[in-house]
Amino acid sequence: MRSAVSTLELRTPATLDEALAMLADDPELVPLAGGTDLYVELQFGTREPRAYIDVSRLPELRFIEERGWALALGGGATFAEVGRSDVVRRRLPMLAEAAATIGGAQIQARATVAGNVANASPAGDSLPVFAAAEADVVLRSAHGERRVPFTDFFTGYRRTRLEPGELIVAVEVPPVPGAQWFRKVGTRAAQAISKVVVAAVRADPPRIAFGSVAPTPVRARATEAALAKGASGEDVRAAVARDIQPIDDLRSSAAYRLAVAGNLVLRWWEGGGGA
Amino acid sequence: MTRAPQARASVGTNVTRRDGAAKAAGRARYIDDLDFPDMLHARTIRTTIPCGSIRAVRHDLAREGFVVVDHTHVPGRNVIRLIEDDQPCLAPGVVRHAAEPVLLIAHEDRERLWQAEVDIEYEPAEAILDYESSSITQTTIRIDKGDVDAALTGADVIVEGTYRTGHQEQLYIETNGIIAVPENGGVTIHGSMQCPYYIHRALGVLLDLPAERIRVVQAETGGGFGGKEEYPSMIAGHAALLALAAGRPVKLIYDREEDLEATTKRHPFTVRHRTGLTRDGELVAQDIDVLADAGAYVTLSPVVLSRGAIHAGGPYRCPNVRIAGRSVFTNTPPNGAFRGFGAPQTLFAVEVHMERIAEAMGLDSVDLRARNALRPGDETATGGTVGPDGSALQVLEEALGRTDYRRKRAEYRAAAARAGRGEARRGVGLALYFHGSGFTGGGEVKLASEAALETTESGVRILSSTVEIGQGTRTIHAQMVADALDIAYERVEVAQPDTAVVPNSGPTVASRTCMVVGGILRACAEEMRARLDGADPAEHFRRHGPLVVRRAYEAPPGLAWDEETYRGDAYGTYAWACDVAEVELDPDTWEARPLRLTAVCEIGKAIHPRLALGQIEGGTAQGLGYALLEEVVMRDGLMANAQLTNYIIPTTLDTPPIDAVILESPYAHGPWGAKGVGELPIDGPAPAIANALRHLGLDVREIPATPERLMEASAVGGVGAATVAPGAARELDPAAAGGEPAQGAGTPAREGGWGAPDGGPGVAA
Amino acid sequence: MGSPGRRPGGGRVSPLLRARFRLNGVDREVDAPPMKRLLDVLREECGLTGTKEGCGEGECGACTVLLDGDPVCSCLVAFAQARDREVLTIEGLGGDHPLQRAFARWGGAQCGICTPGMIVAALALGPDPSLEDVRTALAGNLCRCTGYEAIYRAVRRAGGEAAAAPEPSAGAGT
Repeated sequence: MRSAVSTLELRTPATLDEALAMLADDPELVPLAGGTDLYVELQFGTREPRAYIDVSRLPELRFIEERGWALALGGGATFAEVGRSDVVRRRLPMLAEAAATIGGAQIQARATVAGNVANASPAGDSLPVFAAAEADVVLRSAHGERRVPFTDFFTGYRRTRLEPGELIVAVEVPPVPGAQWFRKVGTRAAQAISKVVVAAVRADPPRIAFGSVAPTPVRARATEAALAKGASGEDVRAAVARDIQPIDDLRSSAAYRLAVAGNLVLRWWEGGGGA
Repeated sequence: MTRAPQARASVGTNVTRRDGAAKAAGRARYIDDLDFPDMLHARTIRTTIPCGSIRAVRHDLAREGFVVVDHTHVPGRNVIRLIEDDQPCLAPGVVRHAAEPVLLIAHEDRERLWQAEVDIEYEPAEAILDYESSSITQTTIRIDKGDVDAALTGADVIVEGTYRTGHQEQLYIETNGIIAVPENGGVTIHGSMQCPYYIHRALGVLLDLPAERIRVVQAETGGGFGGKEEYPSMIAGHAALLALAAGRPVKLIYDREEDLEATTKRHPFTVRHRTGLTRDGELVAQDIDVLADAGAYVTLSPVVLSRGAIHAGGPYRCPNVRIAGRSVFTNTPPNGAFRGFGAPQTLFAVEVHMERIAEAMGLDSVDLRARNALRPGDETATGGTVGPDGSALQVLEEALGRTDYRRKRAEYRAAAARAGRGEARRGVGLALYFHGSGFTGGGEVKLASEAALETTESGVRILSSTVEIGQGTRTIHAQMVADALDIAYERVEVAQPDTAVVPNSGPTVASRTCMVVGGILRACAEEMRARLDGADPAEHFRRHGPLVVRRAYEAPPGLAWDEETYRGDAYGTYAWACDVAEVELDPDTWEARPLRLTAVCEIGKAIHPRLALGQIEGGTAQGLGYALLEEVVMRDGLMANAQLTNYIIPTTLDTPPIDAVILESPYAHGPWGAKGVGELPIDGPAPAIANALRHLGLDVREIPATPERLMEASAVGGVGAATVAPGAARELDPAAAGGEPAQGAGTPAREGGWGAPDGGPGVAA
Repeated sequence: MGSPGRRPGGGRVSPLLRARFRLNGVDREVDAPPMKRLLDVLREECGLTGTKEGCGEGECGACTVLLDGDPVCSCLVAFAQARDREVLTIEGLGGDHPLQRAFARWGGAQCGICTPGMIVAALALGPDPSLEDVRTALAGNLCRCTGYEAIYRAVRRAGGEAAAAPEPSAGAGT
């Protein structure tokens, strides 16, 4: 049942501290940024009516910068900003590629880094990139800040370690030690939900992360190990099968996802990185 | 008084589109843009099970200030008047499909409507969800020519195949919507629609009101594609019932999810071919079974099946033809009109089948088509005669030349053989097809459509119920009238379709707007010109008041059709086309990316070339979606992917460059030679794309050819392994050599449900 | 359900927000619920019905407006998020903008329901866009009528770039 949005409350803090204070007061408040996931859920009535807090105007969250050795992406950075950022293109080109596949221009102008992470959809297009880049999620509440390694952040289908009162203020990406690769296989060429996403880094050992093939984005440890020790194509596919738990759904089949995940890893690995 | 200087001819030129500026400015008013004083909003409460009965409907809405209507409030007959009166306006107790309307509610506050809770208690029954195993026949059609059994017995080669096409959603970007206003002791309907007089007639039966108490006015309509042919009668009935109960205007706009779940789609078809040929590739027998999934009510299924069956043999001459069509009942939302109307399904089947025949016999598929293509004077499957404007060979030649088809065919195949691991491979394929213009058989005569012209202060006004839904009706009708009257295009007004003002020109369907209604308007204009006797229409209006000329359809001489035997001229003429598709396949993901689509369409005469190109390009893109992307996922009889995130139509990046080419071979009885163009271009892309994939070794006999299906096809292995032993009469199924069951793509269990094939598997002779 | 926002007896819980924003170059002050979709505020409170709803889920782009110059789906934007910002709708182009003229002339508008969103999205393109730029910029706008070709012709001609391309006309070889 479609939600009656006119009845919903919205708090509009002007600063991050104000926002954290509001969240401390009422941990049930749901952060609203670009609305590109949230309004879809309201449209289909899949979200319980709650009160919201608009975090889209917090200047403290709107940055993309190098912080010491890390690339820091503010939670409020939009994917349009990410896609055209020189520092992202230089340090994390696979994220720039991912950003360009997230909806059309209208969605990229609104959807944010923190939103993609907080929504915790297994199909979130930026998530395998962050997993392969071994990023940290930076969380802040009125009581302080903490960091969670990206792959530990997701605890199950659309569940995360975000605690009541906390906001995702940034994602920090350490230097990535090797050539990066990103491939999204979606339902069509644009405005697509992914069926399989792969982000990979040609390092020693190699790093591979998948999206849309398990309840959470996954780091493919068995596949990485198999590639590192020079396993046969067949063994690599077997490792992929251990790393992921694809399902049949409205958009694709488990068999397709499994086959494509294996094919793409092998194409990347055998193709010398530029595949 | 002197006559204005002779106007420049507008037919054949790209005059300014009538509604272009208002649409680009955002000023055009669609149904959701209209507002009436005291208007209520409405919602339809629908069934959630596919089959059973309703035990109880519980709610407390009347007490909460809602207007509530159910089947007991229907003053007339609780049916949606169409071919058969079997579909209730509100389910009276029996549930035949999910999303069937049960209860209507209205309220001032839309959000209160969404939150309203209604509890329906059901007694579920076992549903028939798979049409191939449905034993409930709705309509049968039989086309018989020559002696098929004898011809098959004598054939050198027999090739069989089974082909499947899925549901397709029209997906007009404006969802369905109607406003009903109680007035003048009856009701006025405003809405998004293709057929104002369908609604007018349906409401008379439903509301038990005389014709003059019902008025239907078309609002600007944001696309139809057939999806707003019959279903708006249902919505108008619902809005009218609420408006009469409330005594206030009621607006009923579907959101996208409801529109996808509840309204009609293209019928899924299963088509089985059994074709006999001489060893050098001449068709001697076509034995074709056509099975259509009608859904839970009749709606337009008999007519869809009819057009599908008539086109099932393709644009080929064959002395012995048997086409057995059958539509069956399922507990799914009724399927209905969609651009092409059965022909896209059967033309997909025959054009993929032709490719497989060529493959099996080791013949060139272009030569096979050219050898058998219908030429002027040839006899069609129903025994009609192809007119002098028939142009199958011309469109084929033009398409081949324009795309450098034969060279690409050889080059791509060689390149694919050399391709390394993970390298994209290219394929190219084509489809030759035709589409009958206007209603089938005696349909136009029965309909006796009318249109009128009246003089005005500035020129003339067209009065017709044919609606503008994007295809350019206003513009091309004004062009034709202007030229026939020899006045400037700008001086021809087009009245908004309003049953209080315009006569019944028939529905806006069947590629009849230009050829048929345009023809009536030309006759009106010619008569008016004669009656004006040299006077300018505006001058005449000022001196004598309005002059109105009203004419009805007149059948061209020499057409004969027997509805009983399905013999004769099924259509006055056909438009002809050839599509070429070039696709690239990623061998690791099985994503098929079209690189270029070429559509060469012979349409008699392009009244407005730029608009005609728009029809061809748009139809081609819609056909591309049908071929590769668009899949309605049904679960428990309901569309499970009823969101635009999950029902996938082509975006800009999915649509390759489209090379649309217009050829003109005038039809003697069409205005300026025009034939129908609206539906033609959606018939070809799917088979052309499937054949391009076949060129890559993928045995595609079912659409949409999603990557998941292509993965399965590639697992089966290459195609075309089967060859014909010279002189040996034998039955061939190329796929059998590829390891599939001999009866085609489906499992035997699915095949068994709808009648055993004549002869069954085995040797034919 | 006792969560905030539920309206016992049908009364509103959420107070109206009075917000100023610049709409098509003119300062406006509007009272509306803060979470009401910008699309609905434009169409209902502001009476600007040129912005269309095609899906309500950010897929079709028919409701595209510019928010501080960026194309956004107004069905996914809370009214409160437009406060103190600039909103441009199709009406803000006045009707005689080169893009509007080009769409009318070159067949970019067929049924017309996607047209306002398509034109507003195309506004975000720079001058003389390449075909690939146009395809990418409009990938979030669905059209079911045109196959997009006529839209490309319109957008590229509005920029004056493709003036050299021949007009489509009837006949073989065009």
